[in-house]
Amino acid sequence: MTSTPQLTATASGDVLELRPGGSWTAANVATLEALSGAVTAQLDRSKTMRLDMAGVRELDTVGAWLLEKMSRRAISAGRRADVVGVADNYAGLIEEVRQVNRHNPTPVPAPNPVLVKVSDVGRSAIGATEDLIIFLQMLGALFAAIYGVLRRPRSLRVTSLFYQLYRVGVQAIPIVVLITFLIGAIIAQQGIFHFRKFGADSYVVDMVGILVLRELGVLIVAIMVAGRSGSAYTAELGSMKMREEIDALSTMGLDPVEVLILPRIVALVCALPILTFIGSMAALYGGGLVAWFYGGMGPAIFIARLHDAVSVTSFEVGMIKAPFMALVIGIVACSEGLQVKGSAESLGKRTTTSVVKSIFLVIVLDGLFAIFFASVGM
Amino acid sequence: MQDFAGQFAIRVKDLVVGFGTHVVIDHLSLDVRRGEILGLVGASGGGKSVLMRTIIGLIPRQSGEIEVMGAAIGGSHDRVTQSAAGRWGILFQQGALFSSLTVRQNIQFPLRENLVLSDALMDEIATAKLEMVGLKPEDGDKFPSELSGGMTKRVALARALALDPAIVFLDEPTSGLDPIAAGDFDVLIKTLQKTLGLTVFMVTHDLASLNTVCDRVAALADGKIVAIGPMRELLQSEHPWVRAYFHGKRSLMLQPKAS
Repeated sequence: MTSTPQLTATASGDVLELRPGGSWTAANVATLEALSGAVTAQLDRSKTMRLDMAGVRELDTVGAWLLEKMSRRAISAGRRADVVGVADNYAGLIEEVRQVNRHNPTPVPAPNPVLVKVSDVGRSAIGATEDLIIFLQMLGALFAAIYGVLRRPRSLRVTSLFYQLYRVGVQAIPIVVLITFLIGAIIAQQGIFHFRKFGADSYVVDMVGILVLRELGVLIVAIMVAGRSGSAYTAELGSMKMREEIDALSTMGLDPVEVLILPRIVALVCALPILTFIGSMAALYGGGLVAWFYGGMGPAIFIARLHDAVSVTSFEVGMIKAPFMALVIGIVACSEGLQVKGSAESLGKRTTTSVVKSIFLVIVLDGLFAIFFASVGM
Repeated sequence: MQDFAGQFAIRVKDLVVGFGTHVVIDHLSLDVRRGEILGLVGASGGGKSVLMRTIIGLIPRQSGEIEVMGAAIGGSHDRVTQSAAGRWGILFQQGALFSSLTVRQNIQFPLRENLVLSDALMDEIATAKLEMVGLKPEDGDKFPSELSGGMTKRVALARALALDPAIVFLDEPTSGLDPIAAGDFDVLIKTLQKTLGLTVFMVTHDLASLNTVCDRVAALADGKIVAIGPMRELLQSEHPWVRAYFHGKRSLMLQPKAS
């Protein structure tokens, strides 16, 4: 049914006669563009253009537009363009195409690249301030919700709280144990390998004990929870936002912070210290096993040395940090989720931001705690 | 005269579609003539969308034959279905615009994927389509989330028409639009159908658009087409469901006033 499109151009004096033929349809657009491009030079030289469409077998918007563009080019240069031989069934289309692309949207002038950079810097500074404000807003809303729950304890969503605890706590245990076990084992192995050169391999116990209990246990677990549960919170709240579920909650007189966010963050704050404890124990266990099989230090000696090396303070330092890190992760995840706009891309972007931002803030918080504990002598 | 195969844009013969033991479409046959606007009505959940989605190959069928523009249609991963995709455009009920692309990029998407053409021409064609569906060229830079319901439908129609398909499937094109916008959309469909020579297969509940735009109306009940014909024939149909549909309280406004 389709036939190869042609365009024959015959110049007689000042008149250029164009005879398109065949199928001027979207399927042949590459050929059509080449054909119409080829006659442009001739078109610009001639005084009058005559377009005889009798040979066109098939025509659609693309073909009609290319033909219209030729006659428009001639007219805009102040020359005549006659279109003849239009078949009845294509007359409407030709007439329609004649109306389109008439008024070009005013081109936006290209902005000064230096100014763009300056404005980008300004914008990101404002963005950072806004982020801080959003964080504080969420923190405030959370405490307001906690206050509300304390006044009316029945309004606490117990089912939701336990469900979230199960998801972020219980279900996270296997992976947390596995990773921290491996990290503890690796630290012990590296310690023994390098300390052995100085004959100090028994100090590996001190290193593993202090490092794991004070810093690594809580940090690794917090980073994993940010990646595992923080991202889930953002994606859940974000898609609820997209489908107007959060608006539906508000219109029923319910506070989305109280219904959705409070159980999630409280669950996280409860779960992270427990996970940190379990993770730290798994890391010490991994370190102990490596010390036994790789370093030749029996479990009894390991435990005795550990007893001397670490104090309750080290353990406390690690555990105190956990709920604060959970709070930061929860607030970042939930506020990013609520900022999701309509598009699928925005959901992905917010989820990424949520994870990146909460990991960054967890590390910053860890640094601040290090300064704090150093100054109070813990 | 056109030959027999050329007379029908869509032919459905003895189609059966079901999910598990639940049969939705039960030995249904339907012919859509070339160049007509066919409206499909049916109860909510009665299989209208299932029929449409089966014709375009999104839902597998249990038995029966479907021909679109003379080519048999298989499953959605079938090669024939893929090549037929260029011959039809689909307007989904919610628009189904790609949310991460601008309006212009949405319209250009089928062009970019299926054809080889310069960026300048692609821009011009996208603008032409935008204007043909009654939008301004400036709207091309908006994102789908910034559009109103009516604009979303128009953009979705422009995207469905991007490749100048022979057939357009419209799934409830006027649902969620106010009567004025719905009326404008009806006029638009009629105009485009005339200028582009389209065959339109329209699933709708909008009695006004059935009355004003559709050349023929098909009524789907109990998994079968129980009545098909111009609106005035359907109004006289004796089938109980069709009577209930067109002579219910909400349909009375369609009845010619006794004068």
